[in-house]
Amino acid sequence: MNLLRIAIKSAKFRRTSLILTIFTIAISVALLLGVDKIRKESRSSLLNTVSQTDLIVGARSSPTNLLLYSVFRIGNATNNVSWETYEHFAEMEEVAWTVPISLGDSHRGFRVMGTTTDYFDFYRYGNRKPLVVDDGQRFDGVFETVLGADVANELDYSIGDEIIISHGLVSADFAGHDDKPFTVVGVLAKTGTPVDRTVHVSLAGIEAIHVDWQDGGRSSVTLDAEQALQLDLTPTAITAFLVGLENRAETFQVQRAINDYPDEPMSAILPGATLAEFWRTISTIEQILFVISGFVLVVGLLGMLTTILSTLNERRREIAVLRSIGARATHVVSLILLETLLVVVAGCVAGVGLVYGLLVLARPMVARRTGIDLAITWLDSTQLTIMFGVILSAVVVSLVPGVIAYRRSIQDGLALKV
Amino acid sequence: MIDRAAAVVCLEQTRFRWPGQSNDLIDIDELTLQAGEHLFVRGASGSGKTTLLNLLAGVHTPTAGVVRLLGTDLAELSASRRDQFRADHIGVIFQQFNLLPYLSTVENVTLACAFSARKRERAAESTEVKTAARNLLSALNLPDSSYDAPVNELSVGQQQRVAVARALIGGPEIIIADEPTSALDTENRDRFLELLFREAEARSCTLVFVSHDPQLAGRFTRSIELRTADDMPGDAADDAVGASP
Repeated sequence: MNLLRIAIKSAKFRRTSLILTIFTIAISVALLLGVDKIRKESRSSLLNTVSQTDLIVGARSSPTNLLLYSVFRIGNATNNVSWETYEHFAEMEEVAWTVPISLGDSHRGFRVMGTTTDYFDFYRYGNRKPLVVDDGQRFDGVFETVLGADVANELDYSIGDEIIISHGLVSADFAGHDDKPFTVVGVLAKTGTPVDRTVHVSLAGIEAIHVDWQDGGRSSVTLDAEQALQLDLTPTAITAFLVGLENRAETFQVQRAINDYPDEPMSAILPGATLAEFWRTISTIEQILFVISGFVLVVGLLGMLTTILSTLNERRREIAVLRSIGARATHVVSLILLETLLVVVAGCVAGVGLVYGLLVLARPMVARRTGIDLAITWLDSTQLTIMFGVILSAVVVSLVPGVIAYRRSIQDGLALKV
Repeated sequence: MIDRAAAVVCLEQTRFRWPGQSNDLIDIDELTLQAGEHLFVRGASGSGKTTLLNLLAGVHTPTAGVVRLLGTDLAELSASRRDQFRADHIGVIFQQFNLLPYLSTVENVTLACAFSARKRERAAESTEVKTAARNLLSALNLPDSSYDAPVNELSVGQQQRVAVARALIGGPEIIIADEPTSALDTENRDRFLELLFREAEARSCTLVFVSHDPQLAGRFTRSIELRTADDMPGDAADDAVGASP
């Protein structure tokens, strides 16, 4: 019978308190690993919201604000970009492509975005993934719309349905463009980006529903859909536009040209850099979560320390018996350390099991809700480091009862203090 | 004439006091035990009985003098070597709670071999260690049914006999017993002593038996008495220790 077997049998005998300790450690480990996983997944998901776009251009504002409204459909543009300015930059020789976007209206809580079919050609997300029309086709007519996956799913729309677009961002029925309904002609595949929650229409469509509106209200002269189609539906302004360059090396040069444009105050941002900066702002939350998880771990380890310390008294007899058969004081310490290791390794295994179990359970739901495919991967180096850190701190913590047990077994000798 | 070279236990001018104490807790001029001798050590609580056992078991080393077991001066060994010496050559029986509750009866007996290859080999000379344990348990009148059962199902008397089996397995030269009968009634006590003597004699073990109960002294070949420090100021302790008539 070796020391490990004695440790295992002894631990089994006192399993009730130890199982609770294992459970606390499992939860701390699961929290630490889970937060790490969430942080990584949300980071990569956020940074991959838009790719292959070299510049995002809008009226002068802070980069984050421009990013938020143009990419995430959060907040509003401070100002518009005139169509002439857009055309000016679209025709620059360094520019390979542009996609104009026009925001401001909504449909039952989802943002409506006016754009051109170039959007479907040039917009990329994730690892250069293009948008895919899952069902139907791209819009062609003025009153046609292509819905993001979530819009179609949550509102239960399919090809051929007619939808009414509300003016502004409130989904109040009285502010609707109800005289000019749009027909759903396509539904996009899930992307896990804000595209999923967007109603896409043509720029002409945006223009058409506003022809008889002035200063945010209906004008006295109303035009129906047929009449609107007769008008020139070239927009006078757009909200922002995405730019792809012929040569990425010229990014800063073009950015400067836009920022310094004398005729209109403009801002051009690099989506990658701004996304990373934006991530740094919001990742504080993740860091706080991580710190909290760290505290949970500390509590778990202190719980383990308390449990082991409290068992030291009831184990005095056991230790005296082991000493009497020739166990050294260091064997006694090893016994305590082994028990700690058993508990903490069991806790880590249970914690990892918990994380993967939750991951498997949550995966379909997360994919459905956010489009993020939670990759079930083997523990990466950070996570292994976390676990190693947990085990190491547990061993360090257990040195306290270990030293107490050592000193006691030297002092007590074979005396059985009961 | 005392043959010190062949002595199993030999104490010479052995003194022990805790650091900071002014009186010696143990003060034994000379004590020699030959193989197979059974020594009864009587003493009230506080007289240093347990300390003497710790000195014999090599858990403590004397402040002065020599504790020589089987020709080895324990003070010359490192703490871990003394532990190894105890594992190999000594069997210990406590007052009670000798057994680990999470091990079966047989496992509690074979536990004595856990830290001693010597005991393991000697126990397994003609058979397996487990069988040797079973044979011992059987010799000590423990029922077969209890061998693989949890030890806390045994009576106190039975538990003490399992402790004897553990002390005997692997044939250690010295058995140290610290009031092993104090938790037993008279009948059980007598039976326990009978078995202990029988098995110790069969193996020519040297037995050091400590108790506060003077009634038991008559059964031993020799007996000594330890006096509390209060009883014997200074060197007077010398007289208190020695071979009985």
